[in-house]
Amino acid sequence: MGVSMAQPETTTPVREQWSGQYGFILAAIGSAVGLGNIWRFPGVAYENGGGAFLLPYVIALLTAGIPILLLDYSLGHRFRGAAPTVFRRLGRRFEPLGWFQVAISFVIATYYTVIVVWAIRYVGFSVDLAWGDDPGSFLVNDFLRASGPGFELDFVGGIFWPMLVLWVAVLVVMALGVRSGLELLNKICIPLLVVTFAAMVVRALFLPGAIAGLNAFFTPDWDALTDANVWIAAYGHIFFSLSIAFGIMVTYSSYMARRSNVAPTGFVVGFANSSFEVLAGIGVFATLGFMAAQQSIAIDDLEGLTGVGLSFSTFPQIVSMMPGGPLFGVLFFLSLSLAGITSLISILQVVSAAFQEKFGLSRVQASVYVGGLCAVISLFLYSSTSGLSILDTVDKFTTEVGVVASAIATCIVVTVGARKLPELRSHLNTVSTAHIGRWWSVLIGAVVPLALLGMLASSLSDLLAEPHEGYPATFVAIAGWGVLVLMILAAVVYTLVPWQRPVDDFTPVALPAKQEVRR
Amino acid sequence: MTLPAIIFMVLAIAIIWGGLAVAIVFLARHPLPPEEAPDTGGSRPVGGAAGAA
Repeated sequence: MGVSMAQPETTTPVREQWSGQYGFILAAIGSAVGLGNIWRFPGVAYENGGGAFLLPYVIALLTAGIPILLLDYSLGHRFRGAAPTVFRRLGRRFEPLGWFQVAISFVIATYYTVIVVWAIRYVGFSVDLAWGDDPGSFLVNDFLRASGPGFELDFVGGIFWPMLVLWVAVLVVMALGVRSGLELLNKICIPLLVVTFAAMVVRALFLPGAIAGLNAFFTPDWDALTDANVWIAAYGHIFFSLSIAFGIMVTYSSYMARRSNVAPTGFVVGFANSSFEVLAGIGVFATLGFMAAQQSIAIDDLEGLTGVGLSFSTFPQIVSMMPGGPLFGVLFFLSLSLAGITSLISILQVVSAAFQEKFGLSRVQASVYVGGLCAVISLFLYSSTSGLSILDTVDKFTTEVGVVASAIATCIVVTVGARKLPELRSHLNTVSTAHIGRWWSVLIGAVVPLALLGMLASSLSDLLAEPHEGYPATFVAIAGWGVLVLMILAAVVYTLVPWQRPVDDFTPVALPAKQEVRR
Repeated sequence: MTLPAIIFMVLAIAIIWGGLAVAIVFLARHPLPPEEAPDTGGSRPVGGAAGAA
């Protein structure tokens, strides 16, 4: 690949570490629990069989979510680095996959920030119900001043300046490092998130109509289980929910001490993420039940049950209707902000760590140069009046094509390319007090990639059939396909740049003899 | 609430939150054995994310 064979003679800094198991678990939960848990899961579950969705959801969690989570943990913990370092150590030809994951994180970080800013602004809007009688119109016309698909240079001050402040704040956290920055932030934000969100859910449960909402959410539709799309939705949701396959968990687990109980920790993080989702489903549908009761309609007739529409249009409408609405709104949008910030930090760490390792940068240098570039692009694209349509398109292509392709490639690389699955399983079993059986290898080597291939084919088929959201084809070609091409180019280019720190003279910890490993 | 909804709400909570409880209890009851040698952060911690800032 044209990479310099001679490793530079540089002093390798001591690797940062979490303060312990508790610090890592909180940070990993903070990364996994994000905007999607609150605004995506309830709607996806409702649209795909309600209570019956539980079955494919749990099966997807156990057969895809936790196995890939453990794969990411084993890669990061064994090969001790950010994604490019880890894939390079699997084999030189696999380094581009690591940079592709970094590129995905870079792109996601640019637009994730603006969503967090919206949530923070809505905390303030909740106090005086600033959205008035028509929250949908307020969001699009007054707050975002959305101009539709295009690339405008008309910046919205109410988004630009808060975004700038948020960028400075998160880059300071990045510069403070793993323990004093990321871990401390999570230790503050995660307990606060649990308390605020639990308070919101309790309030929602006592609203008139809440029971009807819970009935709608949990009543099983058994016919849904025979629909292949419901199963694809379950695997898709679990996959996007856990922050897997784009470098986050690889990077985070590389900061765990050599002696860490890796596998049981993975189960705790996986189930904690799903537990929060179930709580979100209860809270959101109890609230939607209240809204339906106020309008004397069925929950089936409500619109805007997922995503941006749910959070920034439907929920403000509900807040305006209920007694004590401002407090409820503050709790909801504060929860959204906290969940978003802890996830944003983890996404940025993927980028920061990769550049520190390859280019020999310090934390501060990586924050200023790489984080600064990310901030400039983010401000330029998403604080403008065309930000909403760009965000929508970039997110669609990055997550549904980029991340899924990355996950498939990871499974293929570790199974067939580098043939490291047995070694990774041995590693998990050596460092953990829980035993990971051969089932894990079967899932990672066959079941997961096949399920993901089905998802990718389904997404590509939809995206190729017609332009996303009916946007102009040129716009989709640039903001959708163009961004994917840029990520692939970035992966190739950064691979070709010589390493400024030693990377190949690495020896993973010794594993026990085969007969012991394969117990 | 209707009976099917109650059953599935209880099942969801039992399986997902129960799974979390089991995972936490397992982690607490099966800690790593006492350390034999000081942890140096890696046998060959090359290319590590900088701690030199």
